[in-house]
Amino acid sequence: MSTPYAKLPGWVEYGLIPLTNLAVAFLVAGLVVLLVGENPFEAAYHLINGAFGRGEYIGFTLYYATTFIFTGLAVAVAFHAGLFNIGGEGQAYVGGIGVALACLWLDQVMPWYVVFPLAILGSAFFGALWAFLPGWLQAKRGSHIVITTIMFNFIASSLMVYLLTRVLKPLGSMAPQTRNFAEGGQLPKLDWLLSIFGLNVGTAPFNISFLLALAAAFGVWVLIWRTKLGYEMRTMGHSPSAARYAGIRESRITVITMMISGGLAGMMALNPIMGEQFRMQLDFVQGAGFVGIAVALMGRSHPGGIIPAAILFGVLYQGGAEIAFEMPSISRDMIVIIQGLVILFAGALENMFRPAITRAFAMRGQRAAAVVQTKGA
Amino acid sequence: MDFFHVLVVLLESTIRVSVPLVFAALAGLFTERAGVFDIGLEGKMLGAAFAAGAVAAVTQSVWMGLIAAILISVLLSLIHGYASITQRGNQIVSGVAINFIVAGSTVILGQAWFRQGGRTPALGEGARFQTINFPGADAIRHVPVLGPIYADLLSGHFLLTYLAFAMVPASWWILYRTRFGLRLRAVGENPGAVDTAGISVIWLRYRAVICCGILCGFAGAYLSLAMTAGFVKGMTAGKGYIALAALIFAKWRPFNVMLACLLFGFLDALAIRLQGTPLPLVGQVPVQLMQALPYILTVILLAGFIGKAIPPKAGGVPYVKER
Repeated sequence: MSTPYAKLPGWVEYGLIPLTNLAVAFLVAGLVVLLVGENPFEAAYHLINGAFGRGEYIGFTLYYATTFIFTGLAVAVAFHAGLFNIGGEGQAYVGGIGVALACLWLDQVMPWYVVFPLAILGSAFFGALWAFLPGWLQAKRGSHIVITTIMFNFIASSLMVYLLTRVLKPLGSMAPQTRNFAEGGQLPKLDWLLSIFGLNVGTAPFNISFLLALAAAFGVWVLIWRTKLGYEMRTMGHSPSAARYAGIRESRITVITMMISGGLAGMMALNPIMGEQFRMQLDFVQGAGFVGIAVALMGRSHPGGIIPAAILFGVLYQGGAEIAFEMPSISRDMIVIIQGLVILFAGALENMFRPAITRAFAMRGQRAAAVVQTKGA
Repeated sequence: MDFFHVLVVLLESTIRVSVPLVFAALAGLFTERAGVFDIGLEGKMLGAAFAAGAVAAVTQSVWMGLIAAILISVLLSLIHGYASITQRGNQIVSGVAINFIVAGSTVILGQAWFRQGGRTPALGEGARFQTINFPGADAIRHVPVLGPIYADLLSGHFLLTYLAFAMVPASWWILYRTRFGLRLRAVGENPGAVDTAGISVIWLRYRAVICCGILCGFAGAYLSLAMTAGFVKGMTAGKGYIALAALIFAKWRPFNVMLACLLFGFLDALAIRLQGTPLPLVGQVPVQLMQALPYILTVILLAGFIGKAIPPKAGGVPYVKER
């Protein structure tokens, strides 16, 4: 039972096994579609068509993907240090304060390229702040990071309701949101990027924060695999005792990792606030922090996997809207099921098919060896 | 006398909102004491509430609803058990997955079967729990002090309410006075020792997970068959996480669990009561602060500022026989 898993070729380890898990998750999702009396293949057609059918749809797909790259990276960075940050949702929500403050302060006097860097710093700062406390509490007081980050999600939600209804709401307005931002608080669209491919972005809010997300993904890759800090984080994630023996300060790494993770989650707020709504409203995160968990697990915590995984979830969000339009009995809650199934099969049950696949490869290996032997004789 | 009246009303609603917390927190107590972390309490409760509402609406029987709630909740528990005990997957990840799967499927299935925007049909008399009035409750209601306590606080609750509070000593007895309980606690502290004694760690943990499922089933059934007449989408509204907080706040002990649940329930009732009324000395307290208080208290407790919460030693670690 306890024999360690045999080493498999790279394309099996990073290709076949994750794809098998993903396929099973979608198979089960298809069963749910059957259960409500609809045709899963028709649903799949609407999904693909709704996500890629037009330039505008692609714009929306990439807009959602931008959000999920940020939250996926946030979860992944923490994973590398052996920390499970469920607080991405709260960190992104609080990160919105930084974006809103920068925009409310300067949007009427400065162009977007002055406000944007400040908003990036602001969002990362507030997101990091919201992750700092759980990190510090884990490092210094030994409280479990999973529980504290869950609690901080709820605290963040109460805090933001308070701020939006009492502090940031303009006088005389009833809706719990900030005022609309002027031009300086609106990010330019990436219509030129899609028009290279002859696509028209239309009304899709596909904006420049997508490029920031790609840069962040590259930055995370450099951090994790090309810096001393990243090496220390990975060491701690693999074996805390080895890290301690090597003189790596656990508490320092825990706090720094959580702050980087929270900062990345906070930067997610740029995309909806400055890129789409041009104001901060209640619940603008809409579960993206939790999607980040699925994205990180599916992308195996590697930026090269996280970007496609984020795009896949972008497809689900955008295509899911199309399914809900065409097939009313499948609402957008279907995405929540798929998200849960992906987390289950790519995360908790990731090794379910491994023994069978390993056995298949061992058998093939033996047969190949036998062939070589007979030829030799 | 007016203050006393307000207090009785407040305590009465405290009991009403605490019941699902007590069930769910005790459910968590069983698994976590056996070394399986469970943040899927929320999902199990929601799934059970949906099953109860749906089955009671179709069969018009409250008992069928209750049985369905327990079955679904146990099934979800077994999925969590399979992932975290047999497959040795990450228990947190598995719990998160269950929460999402249930949150989505209750809406989709509810809409597909009943077409009421994710609700189940409103339940009539026979399809939901009725309150139980103690004998003579109305007669002595007007006796000062004791009357309201007997008639409003002790009497006039649902069967499940009394069951929830009876489960507290029962859980204590099972965990601390039976062989099963001793082994269950041992498997959460040192599974290797239990294995050496020739007892199956796997089977023990599965039994703990099933206990958790049954209790979560009661919690869900209470929500949709007693507290309200039918299932409403997302009706657990974070209660599973509050129960988890209460469990930690109670340092994994049955009687403390009840007190923590009552405290969090009281805060909830107080928040509703205080909406818009200023307090002496502090002035008006924002409702949001009251709502966040259970979570803030748990964070402070976890940080070791109000005593130290020490989780079961083997919690969250899948058991591997050799190596």
